[in-house]
Amino acid sequence: MSIDLSQFHQVFFEECFEGLDVMENGLLELDLDDIDSELINSVFRAAHSIKGGSGTFGFSSVADFTHVLETLLDDIRSEKRTMDKQGVDLFLLSVDCLRQLLHQLHAKEEPDLDQANQLKLKFEAILAIGLDGEVAEVNDVTDVNKDDKLEVHDGIGYWEIIFKPHPEIVQTGNEPSRLLKQLAVMGELDVEANIENLPDFTALDPELLFVKWTLKLRTKENKGAISEIFEWVVDDSDITITWIDESVIQETITENPKDTADNITSIKENSENKVTKKVSKPKASVESQSIRVATDKVDSLINMVGELVITQSMLGQLGKDFSMERVHRLQEGLIQLEHNTRELQESVMRIRMLPISFSFNRFPRLVRDLSHTLNKKIDLKLSGENTELDKTVMEKIGDPMVHMVRNSLDHGIETPDVRKAAGKNETGTLTLSAYHQGGNIIIEINDDGAGLNTQKIKEKAIEKGLIKESDNLDDDKINDLIFQPGFSTADVISDVSGRGVGMDVVRRNITELSGTVEVKSVPGEGSTFKIRLPLTLAILDGQLVRVGKEIYILPLVSIVESILVDEEFVNNVGGGFEVLRLREEYIPIIKLYDVFGVEPDSRKLTDGLLVVVEGENKKVGFIVDELMEQQQVVIKSLEANFQKVDGVSGATILGDGTVAMILDVPGLIQLSGIQLISNLKAGNNAA
Amino acid sequence: MSSILAVDDSASMRQMVSFTLKGAGFDVTEANDGQQALDIAKTRSFDLVLSDVNMPVMDGITLVKNLRNLGDYKFTPILMLTTESAGDKKGEGKAAGATGWIVKPFNPDQLLKTIKRVLD
Amino acid sequence: MSALEKSTDPTDTLDSNDGQIENNDDTQQYLTFLMDGEEYGVDILSVQEIRSWEQATSIPNVPDYVKGVINLRGTIVPIIDLRTRFGIVQEEYSRITVVIVLKIKTSKGERITGIVVDAVSDVYSLATENMRSPPDVSSHVNTDFIKGLINVKEKMVILLDLDKLLDIEKIQTKIEE
Repeated sequence: MSIDLSQFHQVFFEECFEGLDVMENGLLELDLDDIDSELINSVFRAAHSIKGGSGTFGFSSVADFTHVLETLLDDIRSEKRTMDKQGVDLFLLSVDCLRQLLHQLHAKEEPDLDQANQLKLKFEAILAIGLDGEVAEVNDVTDVNKDDKLEVHDGIGYWEIIFKPHPEIVQTGNEPSRLLKQLAVMGELDVEANIENLPDFTALDPELLFVKWTLKLRTKENKGAISEIFEWVVDDSDITITWIDESVIQETITENPKDTADNITSIKENSENKVTKKVSKPKASVESQSIRVATDKVDSLINMVGELVITQSMLGQLGKDFSMERVHRLQEGLIQLEHNTRELQESVMRIRMLPISFSFNRFPRLVRDLSHTLNKKIDLKLSGENTELDKTVMEKIGDPMVHMVRNSLDHGIETPDVRKAAGKNETGTLTLSAYHQGGNIIIEINDDGAGLNTQKIKEKAIEKGLIKESDNLDDDKINDLIFQPGFSTADVISDVSGRGVGMDVVRRNITELSGTVEVKSVPGEGSTFKIRLPLTLAILDGQLVRVGKEIYILPLVSIVESILVDEEFVNNVGGGFEVLRLREEYIPIIKLYDVFGVEPDSRKLTDGLLVVVEGENKKVGFIVDELMEQQQVVIKSLEANFQKVDGVSGATILGDGTVAMILDVPGLIQLSGIQLISNLKAGNNAA
Repeated sequence: MSSILAVDDSASMRQMVSFTLKGAGFDVTEANDGQQALDIAKTRSFDLVLSDVNMPVMDGITLVKNLRNLGDYKFTPILMLTTESAGDKKGEGKAAGATGWIVKPFNPDQLLKTIKRVLD
Repeated sequence: MSALEKSTDPTDTLDSNDGQIENNDDTQQYLTFLMDGEEYGVDILSVQEIRSWEQATSIPNVPDYVKGVINLRGTIVPIIDLRTRFGIVQEEYSRITVVIVLKIKTSKGERITGIVVDAVSDVYSLATENMRSPPDVSSHVNTDFIKGLINVKEKMVILLDLDKLLDIEKIQTKIEE
């Protein structure tokens, strides 16, 4: 039977990456003064599993490297060796290295073994120091003398095997008759049972064995093959295997040419002790396609399907002979169906939900490494790690979060001396928390650092022409300017942040996920970034709006209010734009019929409704003909069979089977050509 | 059809073992760790138990000891999936009452060959 | 709806066209359809299904030959009007106006697209070796989308290159030029 092992590779890789996370987190949590044995055990087990799996699935490079890690970890967990900080660092480097190797193997690339080989030499050097009084090799219990094992006899004669099992042997699941059967396959077998020890029937314990055997086996097989059959029972029996020569010819001992075990030559490479750091980014193309689901989620799904089937058969029955008297039963059935459908929908969504700890887990390492680089003392606190979030949202929020954490560590939290001078604890605290609020998940990144320098942001914004000196903006509005493109107020552009992507990219990424991000900052006390994300990307609470014959869907979260337009408050500003003065703000009016080129019921502003929406912190109003119902819609991609359409984030299928476009608010603002960084306050120069 | 309980904390190993054995016509039940295996074993009997050694919650050695204390499992063949490394001591498994072992890494053919030693 | 019936049973049409059939490896089956009196052919392996015309939801700011999108059993599928695409005078959609749903491999993977044509015509097995390249100057059809011309029973069938015809990225750039 040949089985294609590659079908298990995906699971194997996922498992390895999880195992590496376990190792990394375990190592980071390790208190070197008081080593938690269960923690070390879990790190060992993870390494052990990776080794076992990689050997089985044919990734010997990984197995070889993991073997040395595992050996050292085993010594540490059995307290034969101690763990120090250098050790933790070495293990962490190895975790990185393994992760890279596995990414390369997963992407079917040639693995780059340089670093692994260098790290392996380091481990081997540690292991070579040896343990006092310990025997490094554990002897194989079946390992009879090598030469003896290879004993082969060509001449006339037979193997005499005296097999005296201990009475308890059957209680290990070994059955002597099976051993005899295996021997019989090897050649001609003569069996003689010795029952002299057999007690009287009345005294017979059926759970014990009292028989001994003398076996004569005529075979071409060597002694090793015979003892292999007995390898599981050597400890539970007395066995002697002797060659009985029946000829006068001198027995010859042939050397088995297959003996390679002693010929293993260890190839020591030029042992350069420098470990070069070369961690290439894993290719983005390798995205995990499977999802692991807790059994209870699947069970609840099955229950729900059961209920659905019941409802369906009930309705089916009703449909077979329906009369108007039974209409109330039909209504009941439909209500039940709606209930079933909603529950089913929620359960299916739950399958895609994973605890945010998957995303939070990378931060202990990041904070540890960064505080070294920055010479800062930082405590990381995590809360709400079990808050669940859609897998796709989680994957996409990772990078923006890393960026914000780096920012907080770099620019937010001060160096120990600065903190001391300010009367604060030398150790800064970074808190990551997650919780649910309505249909959203909120992620907060809080630091107790210096807070944003609002004055500096304002100066920079004026210098860049984003705002005017005379603009009367409050601190929150000014702080929000850090999300504008090309904005960096850092004094020093450090290696950690301030280069590469800016906060504008962070906001864009979050907006793409239909989320929002805002910052609150108190000078001297720190800042908090608050990310609000939908729980899932697959379903959206939508407001149906109509323009002429077309029906569009606006995400409910983006809608602020809907109002009838009073022409008295409409002003015409340059560029053919109209703004509505609404309380303290001027709201630019976007005519969907113009942007999309469709024919509305009426072009008169006062005939329609103005739906005020907020996107990327800008408020605008869309003119529509009618506000229809609100409903949850399943988001479908337009790009799958067509292409991205500006101003549209996707499509959905309405109750009647027709397709409707889902509007992309930030995209529409861009498409309409309105250039506003934020809504101007009424009463200023814009009036 | 002989029934086998396959115990391993690694999903990929479990899948491989299970796939191989099912392909050979065995009835396979999977468990993630020793405790789960023990719980399952208490509800029904198996013709063979295959268990990994290093597992969270309850390791393979403890599982063997516990199984041997259950009436139904006194004589059931139990094979340990071990590695040659110091972490998996065959002797310890044997002492606890295991029937034998299969050394990792193994391929499906080796697995089936070894199982034939204790099952028809 | 005779055209529809005909197309659903290719073996039947094979027999009725035995003059053209050469059952060697070089033959390929083509579904043909009519537009403005001309007969066009597409590789039958790309044809997923044939549907009658139904109103599509329009997509904002796309070329006018994109009639919109429809819901095809939960998948959003764009519909392209081939007359408009080829610059032929648009006609009112009638009872026999059909949408041929095609599955095509493009630079971005497999895509499903519907094309609106006047009527479905026939299924032929054609030997590609008999195919002629399109003339350099065509009357009104852009030759970029034409794979070749072939004679079937003294009629000319224009075989279309679907990959080029429906690769939207390329269409867009062409329009912009």
